[in-house]
Amino acid sequence: MLEVHDLACLKGDRLLFRGLALRLQAGGLLRVAGPNGVGKTSLLRLVTGLALPEAGEVRWRGVGIRRDREALHRELLYLGHAPALNDLLTPLENLRFACAAAGDEVDEENCIIALARIGLEHQLDLPARVLSQGQRRRVGLARLFLSARRPLWVLDEPFTALDAAAVAELAETLSDHCVAGGMVMLTTHQDAPFARAPAVLDVGAYAC
Amino acid sequence: MLNTFVAVLRRDLLLAWRGRADVLVTLAFFVIVVCLFPFGVGAEPNLLRAIAPGVLWVAALLACLLSLHRLFAQDHVDGTLEQLLLSSEPAVLWVMAKVLAFWLSTGLPVVAVAPVLGLLLDLEQGAYPVLVISLALGTPILALLGAVGAALTLGLRGGGMLLALLVLPLFVPVLIFGAGAVEAELSGTGATAHLLLLGGGLAGALALAPWACAAALRVSTE
Amino acid sequence: MSRPDRGPSILRFAAPQNFYPLAGRLAPWFAGIAAVLTVVGLWLGFFVAPTDATQGEVYRVIFIHVPAAWMSMFVYLVMAFWSAVGLVMNTRLSFLMSQALAPTGAMFCVVALWTGALWGRPTWGAYWVWDARLTSQALLLFLYLGFIALTRTIEDPRRADRAGALIALVGAVNVPVIYFSVQWWNTLHQGASVSLTRAPSMAATMLAGMLVMAFAAWAYTLAVALWRVRPMILERERHAEWVGAVLTREAQRQGGRT
Repeated sequence: MLEVHDLACLKGDRLLFRGLALRLQAGGLLRVAGPNGVGKTSLLRLVTGLALPEAGEVRWRGVGIRRDREALHRELLYLGHAPALNDLLTPLENLRFACAAAGDEVDEENCIIALARIGLEHQLDLPARVLSQGQRRRVGLARLFLSARRPLWVLDEPFTALDAAAVAELAETLSDHCVAGGMVMLTTHQDAPFARAPAVLDVGAYAC
Repeated sequence: MLNTFVAVLRRDLLLAWRGRADVLVTLAFFVIVVCLFPFGVGAEPNLLRAIAPGVLWVAALLACLLSLHRLFAQDHVDGTLEQLLLSSEPAVLWVMAKVLAFWLSTGLPVVAVAPVLGLLLDLEQGAYPVLVISLALGTPILALLGAVGAALTLGLRGGGMLLALLVLPLFVPVLIFGAGAVEAELSGTGATAHLLLLGGGLAGALALAPWACAAALRVSTE
Repeated sequence: MSRPDRGPSILRFAAPQNFYPLAGRLAPWFAGIAAVLTVVGLWLGFFVAPTDATQGEVYRVIFIHVPAAWMSMFVYLVMAFWSAVGLVMNTRLSFLMSQALAPTGAMFCVVALWTGALWGRPTWGAYWVWDARLTSQALLLFLYLGFIALTRTIEDPRRADRAGALIALVGAVNVPVIYFSVQWWNTLHQGASVSLTRAPSMAATMLAGMLVMAFAAWAYTLAVALWRVRPMILERERHAEWVGAVLTREAQRQGGRT
């Protein structure tokens, strides 16, 4: 499934980590841990193919992603630090665009249902700039409900700015995705109530 | 496949509409630059008539240049660009959609206003169709070439000046054939050759620039 | 991080740790060749070649002007070539090579423009005329400056490499278009302008002097680019072990000398 071999990451002119290897099978939940600045976000970006490794390789279903990026991107959902939200658009418009841009065909009804599920049913038609941090994060997370057919979820700090109830619900959604045969790779500094304890990868162990 | 193209085009046009003040500022800039010339060179009608094609073209080019940074900046800051680069659809498609939306919201208004400014400079009657056609063929080339520069200078300090330095030399041929078309029409030699060359340039830019732009965006977000 | 040697082929020198000493050994040779050829070329140009029938002595500036103009265009092509190699094969050394070449290319552009102006003053009566060649030369200089400014502004070295390579390629595709359009514009606006082309019958010594100077420019470019690329390699590869070894060796040599 997702395999990473001997990965080295260069940021600016600093080598963050090297020799990093990981393997994520169907149903796997992996938590990427380590102190700030160790390269957790960089690792996620390398895995998604947004950044290129200094050395080593990322393979999706046995094929290097440099050779076939599209194969990974068809099955990947990545939610980064920035919520990919335009302030001039409403949450609904943002969500619909995010799905269409990724290449998913999702109709408006399902988008509304997803936003309602994440607790934004009253903010559907407000411009995104009036939303709170937590609400903005939720708009991005609503894509999780619409991307069940994408097996690999890569999430950068998904719990930030969420209240306790939302954290619990998100943890449940992620656990459900894994039970259904999906894969989740995430960074977080919070303890979340996962049904099954996630595997932990400490990036600090590979730091240079 | 067209889904992504249409989605990006529709969203960017919607954003241009909601942020229409930006478009108006571009147009105001275009108008004011043209209006500066009589103050600089004097209001002698024959002189103004002679320099009108060049002035209109240079001003349109600058208006286009100054709005280029808008093309990807916001998407870069809010993370939308990352999501687009992770799309399972080819990047060339949505790059073209973004450039098209940019041209429709910036280039097209400039093309529409140019004849009015032609009146201010007393451009001869017969030249108006050629002025409009040459701008309509030329400004998309400026947008396509400029998109590559905008992608390369994404998020850099002093990016605006750098962008100008990168793309202005590339704009020269467009300026030559664009302004040349209007002048050729005025001098009676006919503008067909110029317009055909501009059309050829547009086809070439359409074929190559989106690829370069997509590659540049990958480099810049890495 | 050390990569396996790629065998005894020429590709071995694509590895920075092999190229670094090679460049150090070759650069002085090219510098020497450049110096000798420059002396010979200038001697041919200024003392042996006959005075031009129509232009008098002032024509002798072409012994610098023409090789510089040739070289400025050629260097851009080489830069674009290394950029393409770097993008396709993902070899860092290629990017460094194109960045090491850029200042030299820009320098030759300036020399060509400067000598052109010096020649233009007595010949055309003006330092600058909007001649097609002069104008395209100036635009080429802007392309060089854009490349240099872009690669220097971007702080992340890898982004700088790739962004520079892309703009070099975009520029290379556009150079013929620019040249053609300027030519077209020039013929329309200036009619029969004075052209920089040399008199049809050129003495053999004139041609010889110019060719020798052109080879001198080649050798100079190679020497300077190799010299410039060495510290760039060290800076980029400073995490590698071989760089540490090189630096201690050089420090010892310096210490032994004083």
